[in-house]
Amino acid sequence: MSLDIATVIQGLLVLFLIVSAIAVSVVRNLFLAVIIFMGYSSVMAIIWIFLGAPDLAITEAAVGAGISSVLFFLTLKQIHALKGTREG
Amino acid sequence: MTNQNKTIWQKWKAWVNGEEALLHPDAYIAKRAERKKRSKKKTFNMRRMKENPQVYHFLCVSVCAAFIGILLAVVAELPSFGAAENPTNNEVMERYLEKGMEETGAINFVTGMILDYRAFDTFGEANVLFLAVIGVWMLLQRDRKNFSAEQERECEEDAAIETAESKTILQIGAKYLTPMILLYGVYVICNGHLSPGGGFSGGAIIGGGLILYAAAYGQEKVGAFLTKRRFLTMIAGSLLTYFACKSYSFFTGANHVGYAIPKGTPGEILSAGWILPLNICVGLVVACTMYGFYALFTKGEL
Repeated sequence: MSLDIATVIQGLLVLFLIVSAIAVSVVRNLFLAVIIFMGYSSVMAIIWIFLGAPDLAITEAAVGAGISSVLFFLTLKQIHALKGTREG
Repeated sequence: MTNQNKTIWQKWKAWVNGEEALLHPDAYIAKRAERKKRSKKKTFNMRRMKENPQVYHFLCVSVCAAFIGILLAVVAELPSFGAAENPTNNEVMERYLEKGMEETGAINFVTGMILDYRAFDTFGEANVLFLAVIGVWMLLQRDRKNFSAEQERECEEDAAIETAESKTILQIGAKYLTPMILLYGVYVICNGHLSPGGGFSGGAIIGGGLILYAAAYGQEKVGAFLTKRRFLTMIAGSLLTYFACKSYSFFTGANHVGYAIPKGTPGEILSAGWILPLNICVGLVVACTMYGFYALFTKGEL
């Protein structure tokens, strides 16, 4: 059984997805959780391209990794849950 | 007419119309007060629940187990993976793949699907975004109803701190990146029927560019050209244009597959009937919504 390089890369990416999905629920720091979520979305975008869905990849990168993380950060700032900001 | 010889239906009608309160005000008030007292006694008290950990844990576990059971039962009912008679393997998919380009004029099947065959669904999605941004506006707008004087002062202090900060890296980065991001967003929207992308992703990219610019140079700079009035005109105008373009096919017999909009040559930028204008409408709605969320979450105004 010969291992294709694309298969190996996809396997690593899926492994990353599983690890980050578990890490998001385990980590206590909300800032870190959002950063892990961003990483998850970026890797998911690459996997969509491997699966032949470039439309979804663009949307995942723009919405998942970009806009929704910005909205998460803003929400954390509004409820004063970010360390390093005022009264955080 | 007394209360006794009414039928259930009449009583119910009177209750709906509020006549109960008008005919017998004293009895009504007494009844309400009694009900209130009773309901106060029986309120479900979370704190009292938690003081009794065994019951609390038992309820938690049983609710979880019930949900897991329901979900597993639903999964067990799903058709098995890869079976030939599954709903995914029906004739609709073949029809799309064989005739999609001919009927919609779009090279990118995904856009042809969501903006031609299923354009009405997409209209609903655009309306959901509009409702979401209006709802956020209503809840987070900075006015006397939502903000106390204390919060107002905090906001002003935050703004003062923000302007005093030097954001050189962010500002220089934004200066060169924003035009490219906006241009890329316009490209993705306008080539939605030719290459991967379309209104939703392109609009999100444009919204991201506006957010980057606002984060670097302050919301006032973006607010100078995206005023409240223009924001609302743009969203409502896009939705109305979408509706006007797409309802055409419903007024002419609801069979929009064979309607008489010229398709053009597949592969050119001006082709595929209504798909390009609809993509632009959706893109404008999404871009406005994304920037609106950011602006309302940070400062509470556009």
